[in-house]
Amino acid sequence: MSDGHQLDPQGLSRIYRMLRLIRRAEERVADIYPSDKIKSPVHLSIGQESAAVGVCDVLAADDIVSGTYRGHATYIAKHGDLPAMFAELYGKVTGCAKGKGGSMHLIDMAHNVLGTSAVVGTTVPLGLGVALAAKRRGEKKVVAIFFGDGATEEGVFYESLNFAALHKLPVIFVLENNGYAIHEPQTKRWATDRMCERVETFGIPTTLVADGDVLAIREAAVKYAERARRGDGPGFIEARIYRWREHVGPGFDYDQGYRSKAEMDHWVARDDVERIGRMLPADQRTKLDHDVETEVEGAIAFAESSPFPQLEELYHNVLAR
Amino acid sequence: MSSLANLPTAKTGRVLRYVQALREAVAQEMHADPSVFVFGLDVDDHKGIQGSTIGLVDEFGPDRVFTTPLSEDAMTGVAIGAAVAGLRPIHVHIRMDFLMLSMNQLVNIAAKSHYMYGGQVNVPMVVRGIIGKSWGQGAQHSQGLYSFFMHVPGLKVVAPSNAYDAKGCMIQAIRDNNPVIFVEHRLLYNTDAFVPEESYTVPFGKARVMTEGNDITVVGISNMVQEALRAAELAREVGIHAQVIDPISLSPLDIDTIADSVERTGRLLVIDNDWVMCGAGSEIAASIAERLSGSRKIQIKRMGFAPTSCPPTPELEAAFYPNPRTIGEAIHAMVRPDAPHWAPDEARTKLAYQLQFRGPF
Repeated sequence: MSDGHQLDPQGLSRIYRMLRLIRRAEERVADIYPSDKIKSPVHLSIGQESAAVGVCDVLAADDIVSGTYRGHATYIAKHGDLPAMFAELYGKVTGCAKGKGGSMHLIDMAHNVLGTSAVVGTTVPLGLGVALAAKRRGEKKVVAIFFGDGATEEGVFYESLNFAALHKLPVIFVLENNGYAIHEPQTKRWATDRMCERVETFGIPTTLVADGDVLAIREAAVKYAERARRGDGPGFIEARIYRWREHVGPGFDYDQGYRSKAEMDHWVARDDVERIGRMLPADQRTKLDHDVETEVEGAIAFAESSPFPQLEELYHNVLAR
Repeated sequence: MSSLANLPTAKTGRVLRYVQALREAVAQEMHADPSVFVFGLDVDDHKGIQGSTIGLVDEFGPDRVFTTPLSEDAMTGVAIGAAVAGLRPIHVHIRMDFLMLSMNQLVNIAAKSHYMYGGQVNVPMVVRGIIGKSWGQGAQHSQGLYSFFMHVPGLKVVAPSNAYDAKGCMIQAIRDNNPVIFVEHRLLYNTDAFVPEESYTVPFGKARVMTEGNDITVVGISNMVQEALRAAELAREVGIHAQVIDPISLSPLDIDTIADSVERTGRLLVIDNDWVMCGAGSEIAASIAERLSGSRKIQIKRMGFAPTSCPPTPELEAAFYPNPRTIGEAIHAMVRPDAPHWAPDEARTKLAYQLQFRGPF
């Protein structure tokens, strides 16, 4: 594991704060969920925050991210509007998509968070289109495209690797490999686990971070962001991480037989929220934790107090003017 | 076929072929707006999508006119992403059948983005799909699959039937802030019309009355407008006056113009360039029935492809499609149900632009 010594203390505290913010925001989603105030299928990133945080930490405000339906972490890590995210989960008109997207379709274009999709793999080529536009305009923007291991089984993934490499697009592909597609383990889906080797045949450099270390992911992202900005084309990060909760919903599902509690215990023992937190002075950590609670509770209060959309909203935005 | 001056579009000026009108529209918009670009397999090769993109790469350079890998799914996603980022892509498919490989992106992302993301993004893109016919196009180069797209809110679908509308619709489609499925019929490419040199738009959601008549309303779609016009011309010789209407835009659909006509004629014959089942013609027929059946006695008939895949062998292929003879026969049977059977003379139903067509495309 990286010890983070390449980061200044502010960098470390920034990363901790973001890891903690995502963790607590989603834990609060899970707390609230049984109340039925959130009528939206939630796919929580709890336990696998490090990919989003490690990559987004190196991105500038005008860089762009494309996430997945398990996208709360990406949205928050790219500084997406947190009150608007909670309001969206609550179905309120103040939500980032006016209550017409829900948890699986978060978006915040003001912070360059592209819309997420519930159809696995569909957003991978969208990121290429945004990168193509940036390149055409001579902008030095980078697009980080997040997707899960299931998405790599779609043909569109390989089509996208080829096109990005062919056109040297300024893209960082980020594979959030949590080992499961819904409930099916990778061993039942992949002929081999040599993903980075496969990707390299497109001429794309790759980095495997087998333990999900946020600092190692960050280092790879620094390297590939620089490469992309130089005009040398895409890079690829495979971050092996682990989803602690069930595929969809707030709970744990180790009693269901498709994976073992021991498997999770291994990952909990090396939880990056805890590990990075321990690198900080205790008083600083306490203060950050307090600030995070305030921010999350503020966002929840905003969602709770916001109105639902008026009925005429049903017919708005079918077509753009 | 109908003479140029009979078209209810421009009456004077230059005569252009449909394919030239399409190309001119794209070139004019590319000059006017640097965000417009054209991509798709073969758009920059020596044949230039049957001439419709020929020379564009020389004029605008390979950054704005480029070919793609055979990756329709990802390339459609690229178009959507580029559109979200403010460009105006024109994605070209040399046959509409290949759009099936783009369906997920078009239906799940392009159509829904503006709504599903609360109006935060627009997807201004044009998807060109060409329908093939004759010279053995067969089952997978002949389909008119526009009704799939009409079904989905958030997509616009247009199918211009002549060179004037082809240019005006293309310019409108490029400027539109929504995804537009632009349906072209290969056999229309060589048809002529007067086409103004200056830039102009044909608004979506406004049908065009092609010929006036009080006996029956005939709605044609895409290439079937031309076939219906010929049938109407022949029916006129036996004293039947059909009002032929071209919806031009299938979504949004101008049902008012058709309803006004049927209210007068009491008869609606819809000729689709597609199968009848769940097709555009069926939608038009249902809308008219819903609108008028309570207030007026009306007669409705739908025609379209035979309910089979399209066979390439000439005799079977000919029987697969409606044509001016079968359309004329249906017009007569609806208007004069008690008269002896009549159908136009076979030899006079052949359309010149179809007869001159040769392969391989």
